[in-house]
Amino acid sequence: MTVMTQTQTQSRTGTEVLLDVRGVRKVYEGHGRSVEAVRDLTFAVGKGELVCVVGPSGAGKTTLLKCIAGLLAPTSGEVVLEGAAVHGPPPGMAVVFQEYGRSLFPWMTVRRNVELPLKEKKLPKARREELIHRALDAVGLADVQSAYPWQLSGGMQQRVAIARAIAYEPHILLMDEPFAAVDAQTRADLEDLVRSLWHRLGVTTLFVTHDIDEAVYLGQRVLVLSSSPTVVLDDVTIDLPDERDQLTTRSSSRFAELRGHVFEQVQRAKKQSAPVATA
Amino acid sequence: MSVLRRITRSTVAALAVPAVLLALWWVLTADSESYYLPPLSQILSTFDDVWLSDRLAADVLPSLLRLLGGFLVAVLLGVGLGVLIGSLRRLRAFCEPVLEFLRAIPPPVLVPVLMLFAGIGDTMKVLVIVSGCLWPILLNTVEGVRAVDEVLVETCRCYGVRGRARLWHLVIRSASPQIVTGMRQGLSVGIILMVISEMFAASNGLGFTIIQFQRTFAVTEMWTGILLLGVLGFLLALLMRLFERRVLNWYFGLRQAQRGGSR
Ligand SMILES: Nc1ncnc2c1ncn2[C@@H]1O[C@H](COP(=O)(O)OP(=O)(O)O)[C@@H](O)[C@H]1O
Ligand SMILES: [Mg+2]
Repeated sequence: MTVMTQTQTQSRTGTEVLLDVRGVRKVYEGHGRSVEAVRDLTFAVGKGELVCVVGPSGAGKTTLLKCIAGLLAPTSGEVVLEGAAVHGPPPGMAVVFQEYGRSLFPWMTVRRNVELPLKEKKLPKARREELIHRALDAVGLADVQSAYPWQLSGGMQQRVAIARAIAYEPHILLMDEPFAAVDAQTRADLEDLVRSLWHRLGVTTLFVTHDIDEAVYLGQRVLVLSSSPTVVLDDVTIDLPDERDQLTTRSSSRFAELRGHVFEQVQRAKKQSAPVATA
Repeated sequence: MSVLRRITRSTVAALAVPAVLLALWWVLTADSESYYLPPLSQILSTFDDVWLSDRLAADVLPSLLRLLGGFLVAVLLGVGLGVLIGSLRRLRAFCEPVLEFLRAIPPPVLVPVLMLFAGIGDTMKVLVIVSGCLWPILLNTVEGVRAVDEVLVETCRCYGVRGRARLWHLVIRSASPQIVTGMRQGLSVGIILMVISEMFAASNGLGFTIIQFQRTFAVTEMWTGILLLGVLGFLLALLMRLFERRVLNWYFGLRQAQRGGSR
C-alpha cells in the first residue's frame, strides 16, 4: 500500500473534489500469469466537472472505471468518492457501459429498464413516473417507452442506457466508451446529448474514450493515459468556449492545437512502451 | 401479422406428422383380422364408450392431477436448487458428480424403493414423477444461471438491484430460456413416469386401466387407452408451447433481431 501524504481538497479547476483516485494499481491474477493493467493512477475530479479519459485500447480504461465504480477492488491505492473510500458500488453513482447491447435487460421494455433502479431506490410511483418521463424526454425517446431494447438501433439503445443513468439522479456519471460502436452521425448527436445533459443537470461526469477528438470536443479536462502498464501522462485543460458545436468547435484552430497536443502525448507513450513486454 | 403467421405455420407443422401417422394407421389396419391389431375405425368407435364416461373422472383426472402435482414440485425444486447450484461455484463443484450419478439412475427402478418409503398411494406416484422430471429442469437451470451475462450482473450491482429483485429480474429471467427447455423435457419424462408408476401398484389411473385391459384381453379397449395417451401427450406439448411463446416472447424477438443483424 502506498501512503498518500497529499490529500486533495481542490481539483484543477478550483472546485471542491468529488472523486479522488489515489495511486490506483490493478494487477489481474489468474491461471499462473498476472497482467498489470493499471500501474499507478492519481487524479481528482471536481464537483460538476466533465472530465474525459483518453487512452489507446487495452490501456486499462475499463479497468480504471470498474475500480472507480467499486466493481473491482484495486490491487493497491484507493478511490475516494465524496469523502468516503469506495469498497463496493456507491449509491450515488451511475454507469453507462461500453457494451450497450448487453447492459439493457432484453426481457424488459425501455420503460421498465429505466424504472428498475428507481424501484430499488424505493421511490414512490409518482416520482418514478416523473423521472422516467423526464429522462426519456431528455434523450428523445419518449415515444418508444414500450418497445424492447432489441427493437431499437444501437444509438437508441445507448440513449436508453443514458436515460436510465440520468433518471437515477447520480452525483457522478461514469461512461465507458459509450459511443465506440455507433455510426459517425449518431455519435456526433450523442456527444452533443452528453454535453447538453451535463449542462442541464450539472452532474459530475467521467467520460472514457479511445478517441482523441471526442475527448477534446467533450471535456473540460482530458486525462491522457499511456498504454499498459498505465499511468497518467498528462492532464490537459480544454480551454475551448463552453458552447460547443460539431462544426465550428471542431474546425477552430484551438481545437486543432489541443488535439495535436494530446495526439503527440499518446504517440510518444506508444513508442516508449512498445518494447516493454508485460508478463 | 408475422407472429400470427408463424404460430399458424408451427401449428400446421405440429399437426401434420400425427395426421399422416393416423392416416397410415387407418389404412394399414383397415381390414386387419388380427385379434391383437384391430382396425383403427373399430378403436375409434369404441373410444367414447370406454373413456367419455366415468373413466374420465375416475382414471384420467387422477392421472393428470398426479402428473401436474409431480411436475410442479419438480419445477419448484429444480429451479430453486438450480439457481442455488448455478450461483455458487463451490457448491457446483461439489454437486456436479452427485448430480450426474443421480441423473443416470432410470427413475422406474426407483419405484420399488419409493414404495418402501412412501407406500403405494398417490405420494409414491407423485414422487416417481418428481424423480424423473427434476433432472432436466435442474440441470438446464444450472446451465442458464451460469450463463447470466456479466454486463447485466455489473449493471445490477451498480444500480443497487439485489435480493429478490435481482433473483427474479436478473437470474431467473435470464435463465428462463433454459428453464423452459428443461420443463419441456421434464414434461415428456413425466408423462412416461405417470403411466409407469400406475402399472406397479394402483387402483386407478390411465396406466392402471391400460394394464387392466391388457390382462383381461380387452385388446380394442387397450388400444383406445394408448391412443388417449398419445392425444394427451400431444395436448400437453401444445400447452407447453403456448406457455413458451408467452414467457419467451422477448427471447425469440431478440434472437431474430440478432440474426437479422443490427438495424
Ligand atoms: N478480467 C481480466 N483478467 C485478465 N486480464 C484482463 C481482464 N480484464 C482486462 N484485462 C487486461 O487488462 C488490460 C486492460 O484492459 P481494459 O481495462 O479492458 O482496457 P481498455 O478498456 O482501455 O481497452 C488488457 O491488457 C486486458 O487484456
Ligand atoms: Mg474498455
